[in-house]
Amino acid sequence: MKRRNFIQQTVSSSAFLSFSGLTLSSFTTKKTKKITILHTNDTHSHIDPFPVDHPKNPGMGGAARRANAIQKIRQEEENVLLLDAGDIFQGTPYFNYYGGELEFKLMSMMQYDVATMGNHDFDNGIDGFYAQLPHAKFDFVSANYDFKNTILDGIVKPYKIIKKDGIKIGIFGLGVELNGLVDKKLYKETKYLNPIEIAEEMTQTLKEQEKCDLVICLSHLGFKYTNAPEKVCDVLLAQKTKNIDLIIGGHTHTFLDKPIVETNRDGQPVLINQVGCFGINLGRIDFYFSSDKHYDTKTRNIIL
Amino acid sequence: MVNVKKKKYYLCYFVILLTFTLIASCKSKINHLYEIQGKQININESFETDAEIDAFVSPYKNHINKDLDSILAYNPITQDKSKGKWETNIGNFFAETTLLMSNPIFFQRENKTIDICILNHGGIRAIIPKGNVTTRTAYEIMPFENSIVVLTLDGKAIAELANYMILDKKPHPLAGIKIFLEKDEKTIKRIEINQQPLDQNKIYYVLTSDYLANGGDNMIFLKSSSKNYDLDYKLRNVFIDYFKRVDTIPNLTEPKIIIE
Repeated sequence: MKRRNFIQQTVSSSAFLSFSGLTLSSFTTKKTKKITILHTNDTHSHIDPFPVDHPKNPGMGGAARRANAIQKIRQEEENVLLLDAGDIFQGTPYFNYYGGELEFKLMSMMQYDVATMGNHDFDNGIDGFYAQLPHAKFDFVSANYDFKNTILDGIVKPYKIIKKDGIKIGIFGLGVELNGLVDKKLYKETKYLNPIEIAEEMTQTLKEQEKCDLVICLSHLGFKYTNAPEKVCDVLLAQKTKNIDLIIGGHTHTFLDKPIVETNRDGQPVLINQVGCFGINLGRIDFYFSSDKHYDTKTRNIIL
Repeated sequence: MVNVKKKKYYLCYFVILLTFTLIASCKSKINHLYEIQGKQININESFETDAEIDAFVSPYKNHINKDLDSILAYNPITQDKSKGKWETNIGNFFAETTLLMSNPIFFQRENKTIDICILNHGGIRAIIPKGNVTTRTAYEIMPFENSIVVLTLDGKAIAELANYMILDKKPHPLAGIKIFLEKDEKTIKRIEINQQPLDQNKIYYVLTSDYLANGGDNMIFLKSSSKNYDLDYKLRNVFIDYFKRVDTIPNLTEPKIIIE
């Protein structure tokens, strides 16, 4: 008898389960959600647009025009995230005169959310970077620079989680090997850790533990090194890891015509995008989410 | 009684189940990523100039322009790195000026004198046009943040340096050294350091940029330095300080590689 009772109850509870599941999903009025990611990299203190007679980039770039482009998208879209993949500093006298103050202030006015550190962001030393941080109303993330014995300890964090419209977005940063690229006097006791291993830890934290819907890596590793195929880069990072949805790259000043798709260790697609340098281009990636269960088994539709 | 009790149980189950279902539906992936779209947006004249940003930048820009364009000196003859086979006037200017400005610092700190200065032809990034010289000129000829460093090299490394110059066939900036060649322009007859013949066993102090000292332009002979002295002096600031010191920029044409 008892056993029969249990079976009866189980049957009724599964009925309840499916019933309440149905009710819950029908309660959520909005079935699709959209997250718009806008991004730059290697802006290198390029605040003014290139002159109209410039041989390579006539009339292109400029912070005031970028702000206008971002503003227009913000008017159309609800859930916008603005990110940068490093090398904000160095390239024009604005940096030599003001040490990055203006770059950070303008990025704050444009409402950047998160950035990572490039090698040139150490150009005035780790202290020079620290001194400008009060002007930045956005966060820096870097997971493979161990800042423990530096002034940036606890200030530049490995990752940041942002919630937009119920979508949980995890963003972590990866930086390029500093030895040989930046004077030790400038980066001081900053320790460079293996980006692939750290990415493994980060995706474990962000996807498995924090259950992020979207995992983004802000990388200053460089897109690809044809002459050094073993050197860690965004393409290798995408192939050797899992659970990263988007890699926003920098460092190599690679002008991709459009984002590219790589296949990760799990056979899943990873998007990589890099928009050259000097604020000439702004990258835009839109992610569409649905609470509809029939998408559970379906592969992502990627339109580039 | 029994019935009521049973009903209570059911209610209890219902509450538990509802709670469980709620938690489950919150925790399970209800956000299915089903589509991604991506593109690049070129920032060009089709976008308006944001007035707020533009106004904010303006005072910074004006200050820089005023500072960069204030006249420091006068240059009577255009200095150009493309005019000359074994040396150029701007190359001589780079090396002689750097040596001149650095020696007092090195002497004060180390009580030693720098013998030679070597820089690279590729590091000269613009001409110094005839006319007024400003801070902007210094930024144009030296946009990089390179600093200068004094290396400790023996006479053998200096001989390698001379060989590099003859093989590379570029008018790299040189000061303090003279390389005498046979008519074939390949064979080195002799090398002089400050009018004295090169001593293979002597230690010389060689001034260069941190870029070259770290192996840039494959000047590997610089890597044999037994001790490096960082002067913490940017190459650009050397030029700015020199421009402030003089009224007229000299046209230095003395050859450093001489065919006999």
